[in-house]
Amino acid sequence: MSGEIDRGRRQLLTVATSVAGAVGVAFAAAPFLASWKPSARAKALGAPVEIDISKLEPGAMLKVEWRGKPVWVVRRTPAMIATLGTIDDLLADPGSKQSKQPEYAKNHSRAVNAEYFVVLGVCTHLGCAPMSRFDPGDAELGADWPGGFYCPCHGSKFDLSGRVYKGVPAPTNLEVPSYAFADAGHIVIGMDHQGVA
Amino acid sequence: MAGNEAAPGATGKLAALGAWIDERFPMTKLWKEHVAEYYAPKNFNFWYYFGSLALFVLVLQIFTGIFLTMSYKPSAAEAFGSVEYIMRDVEWGWLIRYLHSTGASAFFIVVYLHMFRALLYGSHRKPRELLWLFGMLIYLVLMAAAFTGYLLPWGNMSYWGAQVIVSLFGAFPWIGDALVEWIRGDYFISDITLNRFFALHVVALPLVLIFLVVAHILALHEVGSNNPDGIEIKKTKGPDGIPLDGIPFHPYYTVKDIYGIGGFLVLFAAAVFFAPEMGGLFLEAANFEPANPLLTPEHIAPVWYFTPYYAMLRAVPAFAGTQVWGVLVMFAAILLLFFVPWLDRAPVKSIRYRGPIYKVALLLFAAAFIMLGYCGLQPAAQPYTALSVIGTVYYFAFLVLMPWYTRIDSHKPEPSRVKW
Repeated sequence: MSGEIDRGRRQLLTVATSVAGAVGVAFAAAPFLASWKPSARAKALGAPVEIDISKLEPGAMLKVEWRGKPVWVVRRTPAMIATLGTIDDLLADPGSKQSKQPEYAKNHSRAVNAEYFVVLGVCTHLGCAPMSRFDPGDAELGADWPGGFYCPCHGSKFDLSGRVYKGVPAPTNLEVPSYAFADAGHIVIGMDHQGVA
Repeated sequence: MAGNEAAPGATGKLAALGAWIDERFPMTKLWKEHVAEYYAPKNFNFWYYFGSLALFVLVLQIFTGIFLTMSYKPSAAEAFGSVEYIMRDVEWGWLIRYLHSTGASAFFIVVYLHMFRALLYGSHRKPRELLWLFGMLIYLVLMAAAFTGYLLPWGNMSYWGAQVIVSLFGAFPWIGDALVEWIRGDYFISDITLNRFFALHVVALPLVLIFLVVAHILALHEVGSNNPDGIEIKKTKGPDGIPLDGIPFHPYYTVKDIYGIGGFLVLFAAAVFFAPEMGGLFLEAANFEPANPLLTPEHIAPVWYFTPYYAMLRAVPAFAGTQVWGVLVMFAAILLLFFVPWLDRAPVKSIRYRGPIYKVALLLFAAAFIMLGYCGLQPAAQPYTALSVIGTVYYFAFLVLMPWYTRIDSHKPEPSRVKW
């Protein structure tokens, strides 16, 4: 063996070792990054919930918690249902083309049964909780207010189907979760005929 | 050690111990390099207090934080109660907690003034660009530490503030929802989120912060401190190789900085003892109720040090079906600050020798930042929305147009030696 250094061989070995090390670091990082995903217990706790709607009065709203989010069930009166569609020109997306909802809620009333409106009470702007302002001509929102939801954080307005008004910070209509009627008096949130959300 | 009256034997033994250590660890070398023989310009003024004050507040936060973790419980069920326990039952617990919560705001006051000093005297300009970058990274980590720390009391504003900020990441197309779920580790801000924010706040981020502060100081001591004249004192050295306008950091600036800490502590103690909530600016009223996922506070505003960026976020309307633009503007506002050393093209560094354009532009920039901060605390209504738009436009104009207006601006000749 001569005393000369084979620089090419030395460089190849250095690069090869570094690359092997980098691959090892990448593989070793994966479990740590994955450990931040929802755990098995968090997933189990996020399972569907059943709500009793048999005692809900017309015009009233029921709030339940599902995955830490408020789910609202509004039993709309015929008068409330009648306002839907009358203010389409004030809405940003009356056809619910941009918003999140299951296919069966992509209609005028954004519901399976127009009488029962199920929606996530989370503003699509930054996650605040809008307030129910069902009475037409609300003192704060003006005489021409037909009734709907109002977000106090940043002033977004929604109609009685959770459809967002034009010119407010919220970009899309309120989200409708997947749900199904278990029977006439019960709704299951987070599950429909297609399975668990 | 002239004037030391200790017995020669004892002094000899102490010197021998020092020599023994120096053979094994660069104790004397480090002391000389960074303190006793670190030559800083002799003309430091009031603005030069804030670097050492930031270091002091960092130590205060770490010290009080360690004592808080001894009584705090990082779980959704116990967190709020454990903070009340600290406030009521732990001996002097209220003091330790108020020192820490007031310290967070003091940290940002000091850091904002420290950054403004750099813009005044050109301390970010060549050869101190890397020093500025380390400083910006410190600012970023500080914001992350403040954000994760604010969730820990598990009050309702903690909860909803985290909800708003974390959902910002959901605005990114495609990956948004998965990213938010990954950050929270759950389908909502929960016990799991609180636990991991605790780990980040008390272990990961302070370690990174300390590392960055060491890098910041090493970079400073490598290039040497700037001064209010913005000229390099290393250009004029005496026959001994020491800058003629330099004085050793110790005792001159150690004494000055201790005096500064004294002044700071007078104001700080006044806040801790008489106004720890600072009228809702340091501790928000909604945070005295436990977190409630079903009840949004009437008005969600972050703590004051984030509100300038929050105002920018709200100033940008949603369009093309997404509100990602506001988020991008907010992140861009911070990212652009990293580039200031290269955006500034003026031939002189200090405000003393700069022309009227930069003087006015910088003053308006500070005013715009304060105005944005005020608007961010207010509800999203007029006139605050309009003012936020004006402030945001000016903030970006100041930075993006800097290469042009600093070049056409007039300037006075710099002196060769520092003045007072």
